[in-house]
Amino acid sequence: MMQLLRRQKYLIEYTLSSLLRRKGKSFGLLLVYTLIVFMLASVTLFTHALRSQAKSLLDSSPEIIVQRILAGRQALVPEQYLDKIGRLRGVTKKEGRLWGYYYDPAVKANYTIMTGGQEALPLNRILIGSGIARTRGLGLGDYLTLRDSQGGAYSFQVAEILNPDTEFMSADLLLMSPQAFRRLFGIQEGVYTDLVLSVRNPREVRKVAEKLTELLPDSRPVLKEEILRTYDSVFSWRQGVVFVLLVGAVLAFVIFAWDKASGLSAEEKREIGILKAVGWETADVMRMKFWEGAIISLSAFLLGYLAAYIHVFYASATLFEPVLKGWAVLYPKFQLLPTVDGLQVATLLFFTVLPYVVATIIPVWRTSITDPDAVMR
Amino acid sequence: MLLNPAIMALVLVSMVDTLMVLMASVFALQVLLHWDIDSGTERQLRLERRTYLISTLLIWTFTFELLSLLLFVYNAESMSGQFVGAMCATGVLNVNAWGWPTLFIKMGVFFFGALWLTLNYIDNRGYDYPLIRYKYGLLLLALPLVVAELVVQGQFFLGMDPQVITSCCGTLFSADAEGVAAEVSGLAPDRALILLSLSGVLVIGSGLWVLLRGRTGWLLSLCGTLAFVVALVSIVSFLALYIYEHPHHHCPFCILKSGYDYVGYMLYLPLFLGAALALSAGVVTPWRELPSLRSTVTRMAPRLGGLALLFFLIFYLLSVFVVWRSNLTMEGVWW
Amino acid sequence: MLIELDNVHKAFNQGRPNEFWAVRGVSVSFEANRITCLKGASGSGKTTLLSMVGCLSRPTRGRILLDGRVISGLPERFLTDVRCHTFGFIFQRFNLIPGLSVLENVMLPAYPLGLPYPKLLASARQLLERFGLLSKSDNPVEWLSGGEAQRVAICRALINDPQVLIADEPTANLDSRLSVEFMGLMADLRSSGKTVLISSHDPEVFDSPVVDEIVRMRDGHITTGEG
Repeated sequence: MMQLLRRQKYLIEYTLSSLLRRKGKSFGLLLVYTLIVFMLASVTLFTHALRSQAKSLLDSSPEIIVQRILAGRQALVPEQYLDKIGRLRGVTKKEGRLWGYYYDPAVKANYTIMTGGQEALPLNRILIGSGIARTRGLGLGDYLTLRDSQGGAYSFQVAEILNPDTEFMSADLLLMSPQAFRRLFGIQEGVYTDLVLSVRNPREVRKVAEKLTELLPDSRPVLKEEILRTYDSVFSWRQGVVFVLLVGAVLAFVIFAWDKASGLSAEEKREIGILKAVGWETADVMRMKFWEGAIISLSAFLLGYLAAYIHVFYASATLFEPVLKGWAVLYPKFQLLPTVDGLQVATLLFFTVLPYVVATIIPVWRTSITDPDAVMR
Repeated sequence: MLLNPAIMALVLVSMVDTLMVLMASVFALQVLLHWDIDSGTERQLRLERRTYLISTLLIWTFTFELLSLLLFVYNAESMSGQFVGAMCATGVLNVNAWGWPTLFIKMGVFFFGALWLTLNYIDNRGYDYPLIRYKYGLLLLALPLVVAELVVQGQFFLGMDPQVITSCCGTLFSADAEGVAAEVSGLAPDRALILLSLSGVLVIGSGLWVLLRGRTGWLLSLCGTLAFVVALVSIVSFLALYIYEHPHHHCPFCILKSGYDYVGYMLYLPLFLGAALALSAGVVTPWRELPSLRSTVTRMAPRLGGLALLFFLIFYLLSVFVVWRSNLTMEGVWW
Repeated sequence: MLIELDNVHKAFNQGRPNEFWAVRGVSVSFEANRITCLKGASGSGKTTLLSMVGCLSRPTRGRILLDGRVISGLPERFLTDVRCHTFGFIFQRFNLIPGLSVLENVMLPAYPLGLPYPKLLASARQLLERFGLLSKSDNPVEWLSGGEAQRVAICRALINDPQVLIADEPTANLDSRLSVEFMGLMADLRSSGKTVLISSHDPEVFDSPVVDEIVRMRDGHITTGEG
């Protein structure tokens, strides 16, 4: 056993020195390999971070949202619907919400306007997300003027700027009092945008939703788990599409690796010949080549992954942002919370190391079976 | 069809493995037809060199297969969010009729790989390659296995329909339902415990025998297989309940979740390794009479037996620990 | 160590139009603890014969026995094992690996054996000292003179403590002073119990007083009389 380990140690040492003796070639391969890992890892890290942030956004949201559907379109929900629902088993809380979007032509962006929980806010005071503050250049106490539904101007004073740490969720958010909301958009009392229900036990959600469709035939319950499911599949689908696009790059890499492994210089061929002549066995040479591949793969994987990590979480995924995110102009600076997922790493290994291994098996074998007496001829 | 990177990776692995086994099989066929160890002709020398390539191809194939088994379960676990009704891997495997067969074929490939690599290992240590015909004959069986995996797994992924409402562990592993899973779940815990102890004694006994005597490996293989099956049944029947601390939750996959400290991996890993090593011991010991393999077999058999013993012991000790740590008390209900 | 060859043949490019039999039916035996010289023109098959004796290649037909054990039928894997422990090689062009130090070159044949490093290092240094190379042990081999390179090659051949030393045209790249010195070193090795096989067409070698026996080869055959 010890002998086996020592033998591997000798082989690894030899491999390292042989890699260092051929810096140009090793470095070229490492560079291309790292680049491939970097591209794929950036995609996975980025989409995965987006997905987990979208999920955490939903964490605090209610289990069921009830929308009223009028002629196939979403309509305002009368207050009486809350009474119609009455007491349902398992529902711990039910309330109406007022929220919507406001298009600001000045910066060509949509704001999300919400009222939830801000009863105490005075009529002309608002809280704004940092994205809005940045694009409009607003500070505390500044005024923001919006056009109401009658075409008149309606000025609000900024009472607070929301914590930038939660920027992903709050960048475009604008909070105001319900009364202000109704006046701004001209919505009369007694109606809501939608209703939300909290259900404590997840197993009862479907039952409650079923009862809701019976009680309110013109409404549509939207379940949180349904949204989560959609997020899940949409994001893995997006990831998949990008991967398909990158298959070409991986293939190019396979050909490159094959070429590097089979196109040995005369000097390398002679070196293998000498090793075989002085007593190395075919399997020893193959093991040496295995360690060579392992060292290169490991370095490339670590380097590429690290670079991707920095790219995604510290450089805002500059290269992919326009393709994968596609959000409004309000997100010029947002930073994703670093998340690393085991499955993603494992998948990435399969997409990078496996092609490399497969590409080099036959060239390595061809090299290793050099005749031991070749150096004598 | 769901396009997700892990699925693409699994399909990729399957295709690559099929390709590699196909190549290895073609070479193996040539070796079977023309092998003549006593000859010094250039063709024989070429064939001998080819055995290195075949070994390498298969070592990688089976390594990838092992990793893909892990990735498959891991991915099934993580996809459970995308199907209505699925809360763990069970729900995802139930999405269509191909889920469970895929898992079983992958397990089959794993055990086959362990056997073949052991056979290859000892044969390479006999100076006249005495098992070369057996091992390459056996290798030809690997081809249908990996092709089956490719097809069945492909059907599984292609047939994934997010609209289907699947049933999860709550219904499948329930004592009141029908089918094999339900019967296993419904197996009385006291009976399962007796079976587990019995098979444990058998496998430890035969493991010790092989460790000390280096012979009758087939007995260890037999007991190991039995102990493996009984252990899986026991996990469903009562071990899982202790882990979940819930008297009716029988699922063999939820124990893989982080919420249970990944205790599932710690149970399954030694169990699968132990079973694979026990099987390997069985393919090693019959060759002890061959002059060129005698020393290798005498050296290898006790090692394999000892390692199998070690992994089974780890599994049993962990099981005891899991039950001991659990807050679930079933005294008076079960025993 | 007694080496016996029984009707050994070796063919190249078998079954092709350029098929060529380099060795045709050689039966000879080399006795232990002697210096034997294979003498013949280039292309006479002496290098091929040596490579088969040294387990670098396998005969197409015929048997080679090492102390009575047939080794000619062994697959490469086991042949290498025999070779590692029995034979050391000195090649015509020394065949040292450039870029590696003298010490590393000497230790190279021992890597697959997995010896403990201190032990390996000690025996390598001992050999280098014996051949007066200890001060150069960390130099890259490109810096060495022809004679030094030759001695490094000898050290490398001896690192696994083989019983038989095989030298293929060892003096082809040496001047006559160094050739004489080389033969002297061979004589030393013989006195320490080694068997030495040398192939050469250099009179400095086969006319050297230290050679115990001369085997003449021509066109793949052993010839008797003056070759």
